[in-house]
Amino acid sequence: MIHSLFLINSSGDIFLEKHWKSVVSRSVCDYFFEAQERATEAENVPPVIPTPHHYLLSVYRHKIFFVAVIQTEVPPLFVIEFLHRVVDTFQDYFGVCSEPVIKDNVVVVYEVLEEMLDNGFPLATESNILKELIKPPTILRTVVNTITGSTNVGDQLPTGQLSVVPWRRTGVKYTNNEAYFDVIEEIDAIIDKSGSTITAEIQGVIDACVKLTGMPDLTLSFMNPRLLDDVSFHPCVRFKRWESERILSFIPPDGNFRLLSYHVSAQNLVAIPVYVKHNISFRDSSSLGRFEITVGPKQTMGKTIEGVTVTSQLPRGVLNMSLVPSQGAHTFDPVTKMLSWDVGKINPQKLPSLKGTMSLQAGASKPDENPTINLQFKIQQLAISGLKVNRLDMYGEKYKPFKGIKYMTKAGKFQVRT
Amino acid sequence: MTDSKYFTTTKKGEIFELKAELNSDKKEKKKEAVKKVIASMTVGKDVSALFPDVVNCMQTDNLELKKLVYLYLMNYAKSQPDMAIMAVNTFVKDCEDPNPLIRALAVRTMGCIRVDKITEYLCEPLRKCLKDEDPYVRKTAAVCVAKLHDINAQLVEDQGFLDTLKDLISDSNPMVVANAVAALSEIAESHPSSNLLDLNPQSINKLLTALNECTEWGQIFILDCLANYTPKDDREAQSICERVTPRLSHANSAVVLSAVKVLMKFMEMLSKDLDYYGTLLKKLAPPLVTLLSAEPELQYVALRNINLIVQKRPEVLKHEMKVFFVKYNDPIYVKLEKLDIMIRLASQANIAQVLAELKEYATEVDVDFVRKAVRAIGRCAIKVEQSAERCVSTLLDLIQTKVNYVVQEAIVVIKDIFRKYPNKYESVIATLCENLDSLDEPEARAAMIWIVGEYAERIDNADELLESFLEGFHDESTQVQLQLLTAIVKLFLKKPTETQELVQQVLSLATQDSDNPDLRDRGYIYWRLLSTDPVAAKEVVLAEKPLISEETDLIEPTLLDELICYIGTLASVYHKPPSAFVEGGRGVVHKSLPPRTASSESTESPETAPAGAPPGEQLDTVPTQGDLLGDLLNLDLGPPVSGPPLATSAVQMGAVDLLGGGLDSLIGAPSFVAPPAAAVPANLGAPMGSGLSDLFDLTSGVGTLSGSYVAPKAVWLPAMKAKGLEISGTFTRQAGSISMDLQLTNKALQVMTDFAIQFNRNSFGLAPAAPLQVHAPLSPTQTVEISLPLSTAGSVMKTEPLNSLQVAVKNNIDVFYFSTLYPLHILFVEDGKMDRQVFLATWKDIPNENEAQFQIRDCPLNAEAVSSRLQSSSIFTVARRNVEGQDMLYQSLKLTNGIWVLAELRIQPGNPSFTLSLKCRAPEVSQHVYQAYETILKN
Repeated sequence: MIHSLFLINSSGDIFLEKHWKSVVSRSVCDYFFEAQERATEAENVPPVIPTPHHYLLSVYRHKIFFVAVIQTEVPPLFVIEFLHRVVDTFQDYFGVCSEPVIKDNVVVVYEVLEEMLDNGFPLATESNILKELIKPPTILRTVVNTITGSTNVGDQLPTGQLSVVPWRRTGVKYTNNEAYFDVIEEIDAIIDKSGSTITAEIQGVIDACVKLTGMPDLTLSFMNPRLLDDVSFHPCVRFKRWESERILSFIPPDGNFRLLSYHVSAQNLVAIPVYVKHNISFRDSSSLGRFEITVGPKQTMGKTIEGVTVTSQLPRGVLNMSLVPSQGAHTFDPVTKMLSWDVGKINPQKLPSLKGTMSLQAGASKPDENPTINLQFKIQQLAISGLKVNRLDMYGEKYKPFKGIKYMTKAGKFQVRT
Repeated sequence: MTDSKYFTTTKKGEIFELKAELNSDKKEKKKEAVKKVIASMTVGKDVSALFPDVVNCMQTDNLELKKLVYLYLMNYAKSQPDMAIMAVNTFVKDCEDPNPLIRALAVRTMGCIRVDKITEYLCEPLRKCLKDEDPYVRKTAAVCVAKLHDINAQLVEDQGFLDTLKDLISDSNPMVVANAVAALSEIAESHPSSNLLDLNPQSINKLLTALNECTEWGQIFILDCLANYTPKDDREAQSICERVTPRLSHANSAVVLSAVKVLMKFMEMLSKDLDYYGTLLKKLAPPLVTLLSAEPELQYVALRNINLIVQKRPEVLKHEMKVFFVKYNDPIYVKLEKLDIMIRLASQANIAQVLAELKEYATEVDVDFVRKAVRAIGRCAIKVEQSAERCVSTLLDLIQTKVNYVVQEAIVVIKDIFRKYPNKYESVIATLCENLDSLDEPEARAAMIWIVGEYAERIDNADELLESFLEGFHDESTQVQLQLLTAIVKLFLKKPTETQELVQQVLSLATQDSDNPDLRDRGYIYWRLLSTDPVAAKEVVLAEKPLISEETDLIEPTLLDELICYIGTLASVYHKPPSAFVEGGRGVVHKSLPPRTASSESTESPETAPAGAPPGEQLDTVPTQGDLLGDLLNLDLGPPVSGPPLATSAVQMGAVDLLGGGLDSLIGAPSFVAPPAAAVPANLGAPMGSGLSDLFDLTSGVGTLSGSYVAPKAVWLPAMKAKGLEISGTFTRQAGSISMDLQLTNKALQVMTDFAIQFNRNSFGLAPAAPLQVHAPLSPTQTVEISLPLSTAGSVMKTEPLNSLQVAVKNNIDVFYFSTLYPLHILFVEDGKMDRQVFLATWKDIPNENEAQFQIRDCPLNAEAVSSRLQSSSIFTVARRNVEGQDMLYQSLKLTNGIWVLAELRIQPGNPSFTLSLKCRAPEVSQHVYQAYETILKN
């Protein structure tokens, strides 16, 4: 099982270590540093690194490497999932997960890690339960603790831990009972030169924020549940009910949680809400190249596309660009060759465009590779797959909760080849 | 106010200052001080000097302070074992606390203190906690057993904790069950032989119930444990699968992959005609696709596993090609894996899409990725015949880009395309030749030279081209040198008139100026061939080349099956069995897929009846001692004069018996009837690359005259038992004939005459081929050496052990009986080399249950030495591969009665233990073949 954890920043300093079994010397990280050096970018460090006596499994998030050390055959996904859970927990506790924040809260971090694993076996990883065991630091609590001498470690056995619903604590009370569900879909797509779709799929999630008193039992039904043939549920969802009736029935955890994630595969026809017209040309002899991009709406069901940004990694041969946007602001970094254009909203009457020239290295031949254009955008009030919630009902409690459902579509990895 | 203040202590007396604070009367100050200590500890500062002061703070009712002290203790107890004893009392007390949280905390911490002295005190509290009324305490205690086992395994066994742990598998609380399973699995890993997780249908049922209710991590432990179970029939397998399938929709990817493992393994038992089989296949695809939308690290592990799954069951993901298309900002490790899977899934239906993608990738920035993409195009051409033409034109387009590394990769793959589709695309040679000068990598140069040599007759200036390479001959890498040598010899054979000078030059460069033995030997061989028999040289050098296989980097079927059992583990990421990398070989148990068992046969457990051996047969074939003697006495042991008739009568008898019952007793299994395809003569014309080893085959195929290993003579019949006649002997095999080398010594006081010998019926029909010729009477103290030729035409009866031989020897004094064991390798015939293709087919064809695995220990030889030594005893290496640092030798041998034995010998450089897997239609011989291996390799 998991032996030790090292937190390493991008400059290669170990700033926290935690051992759940015997102490493993830091020098084991040298193998990691070697791999880090070999990789051109931090993202390219391989997640599994063998060393003579240990294995190093790492995840890279928030510019921090979380490196777990294992000694025996342990499912790597188990370790990687756990590491991601650690990051999520830190984020949940401290708002952000960064080196200064972890250093500021080192004792809480240490206490939390100790609660999460015992002898390398996961112990409590649900944030609901962890928060009962160790209270997250808040300014008020720190002040109160210093004055009264009380602690931020709970001395009660977390109630949920052994019940049938381990994810929910008991005795929850709210004055305003509310349940919000956000249906968020991300489109991953690759569009080829001519504008036709090579592959497009939708990664959807339903995130919930449930603040309900007592032990509410909720059911959520959809207008078109057939869309959901590839789903992963939060453990609270009753799988049998879904299998037979296509209804989500569950006792929710308290607070924020991801109710389900789903995947609409490339085999279904995925609507592409935006198109990019581009004309990027390098000429062999001249030291100037033409650059022209126009972005426009496609299948948006009448909704506005907002928050559009366009980024593109240009070939090394490009020295500088002189471009004029019809709206928004653009930057070009001559060192990293990264062009980024913050477009904002798309007005269908007046399509945003970015035009101009690129100055190329004199005498150099035409670059081999074509730049790929990366697109970010958001569409409010629309789930692009067409998924719609039919109704939400609550059983088991008497009060009337306030219910809200929001839809949103975003670009995931949305790439246009040129 | 944040914890960072704990790091800002005054420079000088940091430890001193902390000490003072720790001993302060104020609780609050104490706690702050401990926090400072912990903070220092987390960044790797040594604060062990404060041990006694921190331990003093332990006795407190403040839970946070207690936890902090415990954290400290776990870190430093090992360095201060004597001091750690001070803490014991508090632990024992805490284990009795009314608050279950404190009880659990105490037992948990105690287990983490890796000090022997403490463990003694731990036993009693642990025993109580294992039976605690609160499940939270029980589940913590379960893990504690694993901790304790890690520190002192003997203690855990002596105290009976393992049994208590096993009982916890039936606990009412699913969390406790999950932790007990986890703890047992971890303990079992260090004790591969112990049968800790004794799984039976009842316990499986309990695990499946707990599976639905425990935490995600618990589900992983339970699923991994389930994967080790072998259901008794397909119905049980199906019902387990049905209960595991809902796990595929879990949000935790590790749960999903563990569930996939269980399903992939148990699916093996289901009949493909079953509706359920199809349903299950359909259910596997979506979760695997979903894993690919997770974080890149998860994707990587998932992709490595998908790579295995698509090799085992390509039908699962055949429609999902698009999800493997590469996004340009994927990390490089994800890109390379996706590419690999794309090629595996490429088929006629989707090849157009795939090619368009690959061409796109070939213009990316990342050099490694581009190279692999170009190679992938070549692999597509070879895999999907219909696409070859498009692939070639795509490759030509890429060559036109003149990007150096793209051109080189393209040439390497085009060479393979030429091999696969001869006389089809040679028109492109001109284009290739244009790029000759830009090639600077050995592999590309070698490929180009091969092309020039192979198509010398079509390239007008082939001699000039090759000559240009020859100038820097000594600076080239071996690969290029070997290739150049072969190419020029080919050229010479095709255009002898103009190139005589060139061939002279290269031969002298290779034989006289080179230090490389491979190169020199190949040079000499060509030289001699050319000088003695140019026709033969032509036949050898320009022989028809065997077709290259479709997919070059498939995992061995046996290894693949083993890896399928390890889905989701490190083994699946490395594509190596755990035995290849697990530290110290601990816990190395080979797993294999369950055989397909229909429920109709389920009454008979698979272990009791190995395939092909009808039950009860053994009773018939093992003669009792009495029968044996009778048998021998009935033989006609005639007077010395009737020596020759004796032999003939024996042979006749054998012949009669051969037709009678004797044969069937050994050949009882019908599988014997048709030995797999006749031996094909050694592959003479195998081209380049493996040139040298093939030439060795040439010599060996003719028949080894050196003969196989001969054991030193052993005393078979001591003088005491035979009225003064001592017989010692051994068996030899030379040039295809077996003989029994005997040494007869007369230790009696009288002269011995009238010798004769007879064998009882035996498993392989061994019989004397000539009478025992002792020419002169044997006078006292005299010794005579006789070589008795044997034939295998005698009558057959299965003996137990298989290789035992009962012999009767007669002289003028009496008849004596003795029994000996013959080494099986005297029965290995010289034409036991199987053709590679036949080998592969046969290996697949023989059911897995016939496979036997053995360890050959302490053998210091390397793969070459092993191969040549075995070859001299007629065990032939059919193929050899290097799989991730290990040498795999695939060998075949044939017994005199036509039984083929196929072997896979795994050799890890530096490790004197080899793994030998034997497959044979008559599994009874495996054990003896293994012994033969041992004998040959160790002497």
